[in-house]
Amino acid sequence: MHFISPVLWQFLVNWMTHFALFPPEASRIAPQVDALYFFLILISLVGMAIVIALVAGFSILYRKERNPEATQIEGSTLLEATWTIIPLALFMVTFVWGALLYFRIYDPPTNAMNIYIVGKQWMWKAEHPGGQHEINSLHVPSGRPVQLTMISQDVFHSFSIPAFRVKREVIPGRYTTVWFEATTPGTYHLFCTQYCGTLHSQMIGEVTVLKPEEYEAWTAGSTSGMSLAQNGERLFASLGCNSCHSGNAAARGPNLAAVYSSRVPLANGSYAFVDDAFLRDSILNPTMHVTAGFAPIMPTYQGQISEEGLIDLVEYIKHLHSNYRIQQTLNTSEVQPSNLGQNGITAQRTYTDMHSSQVPQSVQTQRQGTAAQPGVVNQ
Amino acid sequence: MSTIVSLPDQQTATLPKRSYLNSEYGLKSWLLTGDHKRIAILYLISITFFFFIGGAMAGLIRLELLTPQTDLMAADTYNKLFTMHGIIMIFLFLVPSVPATIGNFLIPIMVGAKDLAFPKINLLSWYLYIIGGTLTLAALISGGVDTGWTFTTPLSTHYLNTHVITAGLAIFVAGFSSIFTGLNFIVTIHRMRAPGMTWFRLPLFVWSHYAASILMVLGTPVLAIALVLVLLERTIGIGVFDPAKGGDPLLFQHLFWFYSHPAVYIMILPGMGVISEVISTFSRKRVFGYTAVAFSSVAIAVFGFFVWEHHMFVMGVSNYSALVFSLLTMLVAVPSAIKIFNWSATLYKGSITFETPMLYAFGFIGLFTIGGLTGVFLGSLGMDIHLTETYFIVAHFHFVMVGGMLMAFLSGVHFWWPKMTGRMYPEGLSKLAALVTFIGFILTFFPQFIVGYLGMPRRYAAYPPEFQVLNVLSTAGASVLGVGYLLPMLYLTWSLKYGKIAGANPWQATGLEWQIQSPPLTENFLETPIVDYEAYDYEWLANKTKNEVTTVG
Amino acid sequence: MDSQAIATHPEHAHGEHEHPPYLRHHFATVEQQRETASFGMWLFLLTEIMFFGGMFAAYLIYRNWYYPAFVAGSHQLSILLGTVNTAVLICSSFTMAMGVYSAEMKRKGALVMWLLLTILLGTVFLGIKADEYHEKWEKHHVPGLNFSANDFVNGSKGYPDDKLAPDMAQKSQVYFSLYFAMTGMHALHMIIGISILIVLVIRARQGAYTEGHMTTIENFGLYWHFVDIVWIFLFPLLYLISRHQ
Repeated sequence: MHFISPVLWQFLVNWMTHFALFPPEASRIAPQVDALYFFLILISLVGMAIVIALVAGFSILYRKERNPEATQIEGSTLLEATWTIIPLALFMVTFVWGALLYFRIYDPPTNAMNIYIVGKQWMWKAEHPGGQHEINSLHVPSGRPVQLTMISQDVFHSFSIPAFRVKREVIPGRYTTVWFEATTPGTYHLFCTQYCGTLHSQMIGEVTVLKPEEYEAWTAGSTSGMSLAQNGERLFASLGCNSCHSGNAAARGPNLAAVYSSRVPLANGSYAFVDDAFLRDSILNPTMHVTAGFAPIMPTYQGQISEEGLIDLVEYIKHLHSNYRIQQTLNTSEVQPSNLGQNGITAQRTYTDMHSSQVPQSVQTQRQGTAAQPGVVNQ
Repeated sequence: MSTIVSLPDQQTATLPKRSYLNSEYGLKSWLLTGDHKRIAILYLISITFFFFIGGAMAGLIRLELLTPQTDLMAADTYNKLFTMHGIIMIFLFLVPSVPATIGNFLIPIMVGAKDLAFPKINLLSWYLYIIGGTLTLAALISGGVDTGWTFTTPLSTHYLNTHVITAGLAIFVAGFSSIFTGLNFIVTIHRMRAPGMTWFRLPLFVWSHYAASILMVLGTPVLAIALVLVLLERTIGIGVFDPAKGGDPLLFQHLFWFYSHPAVYIMILPGMGVISEVISTFSRKRVFGYTAVAFSSVAIAVFGFFVWEHHMFVMGVSNYSALVFSLLTMLVAVPSAIKIFNWSATLYKGSITFETPMLYAFGFIGLFTIGGLTGVFLGSLGMDIHLTETYFIVAHFHFVMVGGMLMAFLSGVHFWWPKMTGRMYPEGLSKLAALVTFIGFILTFFPQFIVGYLGMPRRYAAYPPEFQVLNVLSTAGASVLGVGYLLPMLYLTWSLKYGKIAGANPWQATGLEWQIQSPPLTENFLETPIVDYEAYDYEWLANKTKNEVTTVG
Repeated sequence: MDSQAIATHPEHAHGEHEHPPYLRHHFATVEQQRETASFGMWLFLLTEIMFFGGMFAAYLIYRNWYYPAFVAGSHQLSILLGTVNTAVLICSSFTMAMGVYSAEMKRKGALVMWLLLTILLGTVFLGIKADEYHEKWEKHHVPGLNFSANDFVNGSKGYPDDKLAPDMAQKSQVYFSLYFAMTGMHALHMIIGISILIVLVIRARQGAYTEGHMTTIENFGLYWHFVDIVWIFLFPLLYLISRHQ
């Protein structure tokens, strides 16, 4: 290649050998999506082949030079029924297959660990339950189902990890979820795929899949010191939520302990399933979900809490299994003037308990419920 | 021009003394005309103008995507470009392309009427189109708009400082142009048919326009109201779509796609009508299963209204509603499959020649089949999650819209050019253009399927470097495609003066439009024709020609 | 070569038999022209239904979600003015129908009078509507521009019990958004209608519609009744939500 400069040549070779043709399969669902993809490609190839064969074959057989006189044919109900029913049957197979996959991708397993994603122009913020914060990157362990609970602070975004074959719109004002189980450690693209304004193409990041033990090390190494639930507890107290949701029999608000994942009766006679979206909505639009037996007196917190704050609160209530610590906090503030020193120490001690429980807790989120339990043990 | 059928009148053909083109002279006679044929020509000129503006933007977009970085232009310029490309191509080119030009010219003639039912409203609809186009250009010149053609709220209402209101008004006005065209067609087809022209004697071109018109008339007003609410939200600050005020941005998505999905069929159905005419004419055979093809158009129109949510499968809609919409999406794919197979079967035992319109029609069948089949990929729920919002979907709708509709448009323009102008275009050059377009198209858009499956998101000004090779291929294809579109523009203009005289029926087609002089008289028919033969009756045509010869000789 | 021969020989089709002057050249008979125009009008009204349909769909959803806010918002509308306006519109439909009847009877003077009355009633409607809008402005009920949920948190003068929780009270903004969008679009249709009516009056004075050709008047009547019917839906949906409470 003497007529081409070696530098340019090297560049071309490098360019031509380092391009992608097929995305990596890095999640448990990816091979299943690809299987459907190849099935669809097969159908398309067969369909294309038939159409090309018909058009090309007839064009050769019945060109004017060979067939100067056309034979008029009205149609054939049998033939037309055939090419109505066969495509229809194939499309139905595609439909069922696709629907099964869809439900698999959008219905998270119950044992999935939860990571919160907040999208804003133009960055992704990830919040791990243990309090680790990331921007435009996401660390997940391999071999474990991970559920993402996502919300946007401003406009529509869309959270897409092509290597996992998952994607979901991130919408202002409501939680959406998606889940995956990463299989292959490595670094993968993370894209915002819904056009979101000027720097849409910069709203990208990296998903890093770590082996479980590496992930453990990562969580321990990048902790901010406070778990989301702990942040939530502080917020719960500072907003005065505890004055009504104290868990006392005479309390003005419903008891929040173990309310998550339960069905609560509403004032309008229906029942609601308590999930993240319900909790968030109850904080912002309390009158939409008044619990039976309580007066609609809760003020709205619309505009007063950031999406991150809401996530902290949701995470806190999610793992609230007893009201012990709420009452303790209340007692603390009531008796504070006379008993300052002693209670100060109690509070300090509980905080340390929480803190020490944090590392194992972030490793195994499923036992996150225990985050509020040291209080019970203390009792 | 060896492939053109030689007939007694073909060699001796002269341009008729009187025709719609020379019945009156002067700019005013064109701008105030009520003649559907003149309005069709006005439309043809204006949509060609906007097509090349939109095409130039496409070229710039492809240039920017030559490299992974944003080096040709800044991200916001890029965003404005693809927004304008979308708005111009969809609302100012694809929606009016075949109906407002070829349809406007032919539907009255095909049903045996002297004009559309409401000539003044027809002219009004062109003026509305021009106002819409001018507003679009105003938005473009005054600094552009970068919402994407989808106007997603709350981005379009609260987060952008560009000329959303001008662009929204432009689409609103252009929408009414399309409503009036559709309304005119429906009324004409119902009330203006010549004696003997029963519904099942109508050419399939008319059937497909009828189906498309239903969609225009019932779908477009919903887009209009969605845009009005967006504009009110942007100007006054009402809260119908604003989550901060209690509105739901997903409602906008529903209203928007309630129009914009049927709009896809508004764009493709008239093209399918062109293909039916062309395939039948050049295989000298009645369209296989006329009734099935006619009803499949109507079925597409009806099902087309109930599939809009498939644009929102990843948007957090209920899983079960997604299920219903996916099923309906699969159903709407069937009539398109029927059409493809019926066209192929029409060729069987025909007497096929390969003039330019036929080549474009073959291009249409191939590209539309790929476009349609990839639509099934996207309609399949689990597959859609990975593919939507990537280049896969960009490639899919360009295969349907550009590979399908644009091919059909060019096929139709070439097919009826002799009828519209009375002159032929250079045959060899036009075949070359058809071939160049096809190759350029495949090269441009096929790599986008692959890059889409890799996950490259649409509307990205910059992208990861490993996608570059495929993008370079695509850009290279776009330059070939550009040549393919410029060629017809040049030789068709040339043919206006230098083309050979075509004669009344150069293709030996059966439609009513081919039984009158080219170019037609202002009143189309001197006496209302009485139709006593079925559509695509080539035996009737042969008898008629035989009689002609005997009377002459 | 029948039709071809016909098409190439410039015989003149017109003037063979007598056409009334209002028969457009591309119609065979007056009857066809009349049917065509009326079919077109009905089709246009169908597009109008779809146009308003978008807002009715939004109304349905939000009313379901934010019922208390919609009730409280509805209480702020003047039921008296709404009823008067409904009556005015129904009367205008009557005068319009009488106009069509006069055209049919070929009474020029009566037609002009009925059309003028229709204009008058339409203007009265718009005047009352403007007054209502003005009142909304003063009460700070215009969404976006000067909205305050105060009346719905603390109760208002006529309805001291309309004390909603702040979050629900805020949602009355959605109610007023829809109120202004729907009545605004309706008022726009009225304004267009009155503008057309003015042209019709001028042409009616020249005798355009009283010589047998009254399709225009008839079709405009359809439009006017349609706008009227939209109001008949808007009035209960916006003004009469839960009035008995």
